[in-house]
Amino acid sequence: MSTMRSLSFDAIIIGGGGAGLRAALELAKSGKKTAVLSKVFPTRSHTVSAQGGITCAIASADPDDDWRWHMYDTVKGGDYIADQDASEYMCSEGPKAVFELEHMGLPFSRFDNGRIYQRPFGGQSKDFGKGGQAARTCAAADRTGHALLHTLYQNNLKNNTTFLNEWYAVDLVKNADGDVVGCIAMDIETGEVVHVKSKATVMATGGAGRIFASTTNALINTGDGIGMALRAGFPMQDMEMWQFHPTGIYGAGTLVTEGCRGEGGYLVNKDGERFMERYAPNAKDLAGRDVVARSMVMEILEGRGCGEKGDHVFLKLDHLGEDVLGKRLPGIVELSKTFAHVDPAKEPIPVVPTCHYMMGGIPTNVHGQAIMQDADGNDQIVGGLFACGEAACVSVHGANRLGGNSLLDLVVFGRAAGMFIEGALNEGIEYLEASESDVQSAMKRITRWNESEDGETVPELKRDLQDIMQTSFGVFREEKNMQEGVKRLEELRERIANAYLPDKSHTFNTARVEALELDNLMEVAEATAIAALERKESRGAHSRYDYPDRDDVNWLKHSLYFPAEKRLGKRDVNFAPKTVDMFEPKVRTY
Amino acid sequence: MSKLQVSLYRYNPETDSAPYMQEFQVDTQGRDLMVLDVLHLAKEQDNGLAFRRSCREGVCGSDGMNMNGKNGLACITPLSEVVKGNKLTLRPLPGLPVIRDLVVDMGLFYQQYERIQPYLQNDEPAPAIERLQSPEERDKLDGLYECILCACCSTACPSFWWNPEKFVGPAGLLQSYRFLADSRDTATRERLTDLEDPFSVFRCRGIMNCVAVCPKGLNPTRAIGKIREMLLADAT
Amino acid sequence: MVTNITNLGRSGLSDWLLQRVSAVVLALYTLFIVGFLLLSPGLDYAAWSGLFSATWMRIFSLLAFISLAAHAWVGLWTVTTDYLKSTGVRLAVQLIIILAIFVFLVWGITVLWGA
Repeated sequence: MSTMRSLSFDAIIIGGGGAGLRAALELAKSGKKTAVLSKVFPTRSHTVSAQGGITCAIASADPDDDWRWHMYDTVKGGDYIADQDASEYMCSEGPKAVFELEHMGLPFSRFDNGRIYQRPFGGQSKDFGKGGQAARTCAAADRTGHALLHTLYQNNLKNNTTFLNEWYAVDLVKNADGDVVGCIAMDIETGEVVHVKSKATVMATGGAGRIFASTTNALINTGDGIGMALRAGFPMQDMEMWQFHPTGIYGAGTLVTEGCRGEGGYLVNKDGERFMERYAPNAKDLAGRDVVARSMVMEILEGRGCGEKGDHVFLKLDHLGEDVLGKRLPGIVELSKTFAHVDPAKEPIPVVPTCHYMMGGIPTNVHGQAIMQDADGNDQIVGGLFACGEAACVSVHGANRLGGNSLLDLVVFGRAAGMFIEGALNEGIEYLEASESDVQSAMKRITRWNESEDGETVPELKRDLQDIMQTSFGVFREEKNMQEGVKRLEELRERIANAYLPDKSHTFNTARVEALELDNLMEVAEATAIAALERKESRGAHSRYDYPDRDDVNWLKHSLYFPAEKRLGKRDVNFAPKTVDMFEPKVRTY
Repeated sequence: MSKLQVSLYRYNPETDSAPYMQEFQVDTQGRDLMVLDVLHLAKEQDNGLAFRRSCREGVCGSDGMNMNGKNGLACITPLSEVVKGNKLTLRPLPGLPVIRDLVVDMGLFYQQYERIQPYLQNDEPAPAIERLQSPEERDKLDGLYECILCACCSTACPSFWWNPEKFVGPAGLLQSYRFLADSRDTATRERLTDLEDPFSVFRCRGIMNCVAVCPKGLNPTRAIGKIREMLLADAT
Repeated sequence: MVTNITNLGRSGLSDWLLQRVSAVVLALYTLFIVGFLLLSPGLDYAAWSGLFSATWMRIFSLLAFISLAAHAWVGLWTVTTDYLKSTGVRLAVQLIIILAIFVFLVWGITVLWGA
């Protein structure tokens, strides 16, 4: 394969969602030779689906708002395994990043005084939980992600960023020292496979919700960056932590924003009871997402679910009136009519907790540098590899992400990674060139698919994988069931290793892309399963029948999954913010 | 129960000398599926079938296509809305070169979008906080910023079919007006100057196919009318 | 910006405006002629030529002719740029159109003022 074409960049950003585009913007402005490599046209990325808003203490709704309160909420929301230095960085830098977005043209909704509109979201408080509900989520109606992604894409156009659109990154290329020096990528339109060399490779590949059968995630959310990093041998952090969003539309899985409850909507069971008053007497429907999702499942399990099968609950919005719905939640009205055949101005929306967000990912520091552990368990920077957005685990979300914090994470850490890489490039980065055999080993996987002659095909294997994850690693987890799941995944890995790609054509071969995605889903699923089985406690989104309590003695830690040995280790949580006192772990109630 | 008759436009440049229509029988089990679900079922029968899709909820704009003669998004179009006589015919968006099957080359469409400088321009130094904008000023952007660049409108527009290199098309013009209407944008004069030739805006004949097909219910024709008004006000 | 040849005016805006203004003139002229015919049941040559010997009618008619010429040119130019993709053919057709419009216009003027 010495005939393979190669491209060279200072930095390559894999993924054209919010995090990737924000990082790219920073680098494009600095004049570095940068490219964004995205498997879809950037505005088709999953950031576009974010609805409710971007949470940030810009002190618009409340002039006295304080980023420290936001930090407190974030750390508490994450059930105390969010890194406090990273949370401090995100919450304090946040306003700058949000104002930048506004200056770039993001069409935020407004208050009468002309400032950015902010709405209440779950888990938000004033005065470190003592001042009642805060309204801290900056919104562009209920299309904030769409507005944000388009604004970032537009500003990348303005700054002449190079785009490799509809290119698919296959695997990372490592040199003899173990540094990441680029990747193998495929131009989907022509099928050409290219060696992309770069001094900095940024994983902004987003989440992997498609490991579950029922998810709010786009069909493209297949954990490509996580898969690549795991195959390259790098550890993953907190992969057991998957957020189930309380309000996915029953049957369809499409998201209904938490902003609905922020604007005054609430959940009811089949008796019409506002049941969250029992589970979270203070915050009620605006408790943390993990708390609300669990409460809903409890209602359903105890026979108070709605519908013929009693397997969902209702989100009631009709009391808000058509004006508020039309002005603040127009997209939700549209989605409800399309996917639930319900007009929320008249009837409640049937909803059910649905897989939504991956809190775990590639462990990084606040500069986006990927981290691994040396033999003594000390953090070590991975040369050349960066991550930001959902693919990264900085970690600001800990065991449960707060609503509106994902968009903030994207822009703050996309920006931070961009700034850091710019500085590093200015100082000069030199890594060993990848050898022919380094490149070949990154080609192994695509070559296997291309040479496959017989076996099971991708759609059935993907269905099995999603079924295993849905059955064994859902909202509530339990040892035996998970052991069974891990065993079934092992068998599935064997089957996928022998699977077959019937269509070997080159031009826009989506079957090949889906085959490559399946490998990544497999990596993510296994990391999730093993981490979930090993973390023997309940914390945030990870909730076990057999270990119902939080165990701060043994598990006030990040989990770290090592792919080579399929082993789960631990990593210390950061409790040392720079400018504020750290928040002590406390019992988490809403 | 009889299966749904699906007729799909097929073309793979590596193996086909010309495009053709292929018939599929898809078992919907009597459910009112979305057209995208039907495509997934067809793809299980023929793995080589190519189409774009991403969010599957009508916000990313990937799966614009021509369904029984009308452009729209496959993921939010239920069969009950388009199927007539148990038959569904799916073709790629008209007017753009086909890469493979239902996948078209969107290059010209994106070029026209880029041409209108789709980003906020403001030559005054930014304040330390956000730029203020009244709710009334912000309301002017409603019906404009929601565009998802699916290309359903532009590829339904005869004026765009005939002059895709010169006529900006409904999608691009809607975005052009989105920035012309933004109280924070200061490049109004430059934007208008770029649009006053006989093609960019004035090739619009008010056919209104764009309005008829927009899956987000937006009205590019109205936006084009507003641009004309601004050009007129600027010139007289 | 598209820097194509513009046709009559300096910009798409003036073409667009011209098209609408000329349409209004033509509409008024048509209404007037139709109305005149309807209100003059026993119309003879004397009445008809009397109408056209009035200066205001000649000016009105000339305005209508010029409007017709402009309207036709803008419209046909647009049609040719839509449908004729070969530059040579398009140019030839446009020249024929220009010639025809010119001939009709001059002919119209001689009919009006020549008598």
